[in-house]
Amino acid sequence: MIPASWYLILSAVLFSLGVIGFLIKRSLITVFMSIELMLNAVNLSFVTFAHQWHSVKGQIFVFFVMMVAAAEAAVGLAIIIAIFRARATLNVDQVDLMKL
Amino acid sequence: MNPQNMPDLIRILPEVVLTITGVLIMLFDAALPATNNRRSLGWLGAVGVTAALWSSLIQLNLPPGTAFYRTVQTDPFSVFFHVLICGIVLASILLSLDALPANQHHRGEYFALMVLGAVGMCLMTSAVELLVVFIALEISSISTYILAGFRKHTGTGPEAAIKYFLLGSFATGFLLYGVALTFGATGTTQINDIAAHIPAASSQLVLAAFALLMVGVLFKVSAAPFHVWTPDVYQGAPSPVVALMSTAPKAAAFALLIRLLYSSFPVLQPVWQPMLWIVAVLSMTVGNLAALRQKNVKRMLAYSSIAHAGYLLAAFAGLGINAIASASFYVAAYAAMNVGIFAVLSIAAGPDEKLSVIEDFRGFLFRAPLLGTLLIFFLASLIGIPFTAGFFGKFYSFATAIHGGAVWLGIIGLLNSGVAAAYYLGFAVKVAQPPAAGSAKLPAPELGVAVGLSLALATTATLVLGIAPTRFLSAAQSGATSFLPPVISDSVKPSTDVPDLSKVRWVR
Repeated sequence: MIPASWYLILSAVLFSLGVIGFLIKRSLITVFMSIELMLNAVNLSFVTFAHQWHSVKGQIFVFFVMMVAAAEAAVGLAIIIAIFRARATLNVDQVDLMKL
Repeated sequence: MNPQNMPDLIRILPEVVLTITGVLIMLFDAALPATNNRRSLGWLGAVGVTAALWSSLIQLNLPPGTAFYRTVQTDPFSVFFHVLICGIVLASILLSLDALPANQHHRGEYFALMVLGAVGMCLMTSAVELLVVFIALEISSISTYILAGFRKHTGTGPEAAIKYFLLGSFATGFLLYGVALTFGATGTTQINDIAAHIPAASSQLVLAAFALLMVGVLFKVSAAPFHVWTPDVYQGAPSPVVALMSTAPKAAAFALLIRLLYSSFPVLQPVWQPMLWIVAVLSMTVGNLAALRQKNVKRMLAYSSIAHAGYLLAAFAGLGINAIASASFYVAAYAAMNVGIFAVLSIAAGPDEKLSVIEDFRGFLFRAPLLGTLLIFFLASLIGIPFTAGFFGKFYSFATAIHGGAVWLGIIGLLNSGVAAAYYLGFAVKVAQPPAAGSAKLPAPELGVAVGLSLALATTATLVLGIAPTRFLSAAQSGATSFLPPVISDSVKPSTDVPDLSKVRWVR
C-alpha cells in the first residue's frame, strides 16, 4: 500500500515542474503545456485528498477542472494561432511589441 | 419546475437572466444576415443586463441565505456587487455600441461574451463553494481573454490576449492548488465551513493553502507583485473592453477576497493583515512610480489602476465590518471613474485608437469641449479631489486603515496620492493646453445615443458617490454586516488591533 503522502509529493513535484516550465520555456505551446501540467498536478492532489477524506467531492472537482482545462485549451490554442498568423513565430521573446 | 425550488432559483436569478440573454444574442447572431451591423444585439445585451440588475435587487426581499446545496449565497453583500457589476457591464456594452469599429467582424460574439462574462463575475460574488468560485472565475476569465484580443489584426491585440491568457491561467493554477490544499486540510470547500475546520487542521497545510489562494486572487486584482500583465493587456485590448475588465472582474475578485478573508480565514488575520499591508504599499508605490514615466495613456492608466488596488487594499488594515464597507465602497468609486475615463478615451481615440500617447491629447479640450471637460473631471476623481467619487473612496479607505492602527499605511497612501496627482495633472494640463500651431486639425469625435447614456451613467455615479455617498456607504455597510455572525465577532472588539496569536488553537 503506497502512502497518500507519496501522491501528494508527486503532485507537488509535478506542479513545480509546471511552474518551472512556464518560467523557462520559450515556445508558447510548451508554456501552455506547462500550465496544463500544473492543473493536472492539482487534480492528482484532489483525488488523493478525496481518498483520504472518504469524500467524493474531490473527484467531482477533478471532472470540473478537466472540463475547464478543455475550454481553456480551445481559447488558448485559438489565441496562439492568431499570434502565429500575425508574427509567424511562437517564440515568447519575439512577442514583445509592448514593453515597459 | 418544482415550485419548492423557486426561492433557490431566485437566488441565482441575475445569473439566469444574463445566461439567457447571452445565449439569445448568440442565436440571433447566427440568424441575422451577414450584412446586418448587429447593433440590435448590443441593445438586447443592454436590456438583459438591466433586467439582471433589477432582478438582483429583488433578492433583497429574501432573507440572506444559501441555495443549491449551499453553493451560492445571496445577502446584501452579494447584491451590492451584483448591482455594481451589472452597472459596469451595462455601461461597457452601451459604450461598445458606438466605439467599436463599424466594420468589426463578430460583433454579435463580442456582446455575447460581455454578457456571459458578466455571468461569471456575478456568480463569483455570490458563490460560497470553492468549486463554484473556480468555475465562475473561469467563465469570467475566458470571456475576457477573448475580448482582450478582439482587435486581432493589430499587432498588439493578440499579444495582449496571449499575455493575459498565459499569466491568467498560471495564476488560476495557483488558486486551484490552494483550493486542493484547503480541501486536504479541512475536508470541505464550502467557504463558510472552512473556518470551523481550521482549528483541527494541520497549520502548515492551511498556511500553504491560504498563500496559494492569495496568489490567485491578488493576481486577478492586479496587485503588486502580481501586476506585470496589467499594462500590456490594457494597452493592447480595445478601450471599451478595458473599461470592463479593469473594473468588473476586479470587483468580483475583491468580493471573493473579502469572502475568503472574513468567512474562511478570519483565524489567519494576524497573517493576512501584515501581508496585505505590504501588498498595499507595494501596489501603490510601484503603480504610481511606474505611471509617472509612461507616455502611452492606457499604460499610464493601467499603472494607476495598480495603485488604486493598493489604496483599496489599505482598507483591510482596518477593523471588521468597517474594512469590508470601505473596500466595497472603494470598488464602486473606482469602477465609476475608471469606466468613465475609458469611455471618454475610446470615443476620443476613435475605433482604430489613433490617439494613444499623452502628447496626442494636446488641445483636446478645444477640439471637443464636452468630452474634454469630462476627461478632466474623471482625472480629478482619480486624483481624489473633493466632490468626486475618488475623494470619498480614498478618504474612507485611509480613515479605516488609520482607525485600525495602521497610521503609517495611511501616511504612505497620502504621499502616494500626491505622487499620483503629478501624472494625472500632467495629463489634464495637456488636455487643456491650446493645440500646437500647425498641428493637423482633427474632427471632433461624434457622440452617439448609446455612448451618451454610458457617459451619463459613469458621470452620474462618480458625482453621486462624491457628493452624497451616505446612501452607498450604508449599502456597503449593510453588505458588510453579512459577515457579522460568528465568523468575525473577534475582530469587531475595538481594542484588538493585532489579534492575539496565542488564542488560535493550532492542532496537528
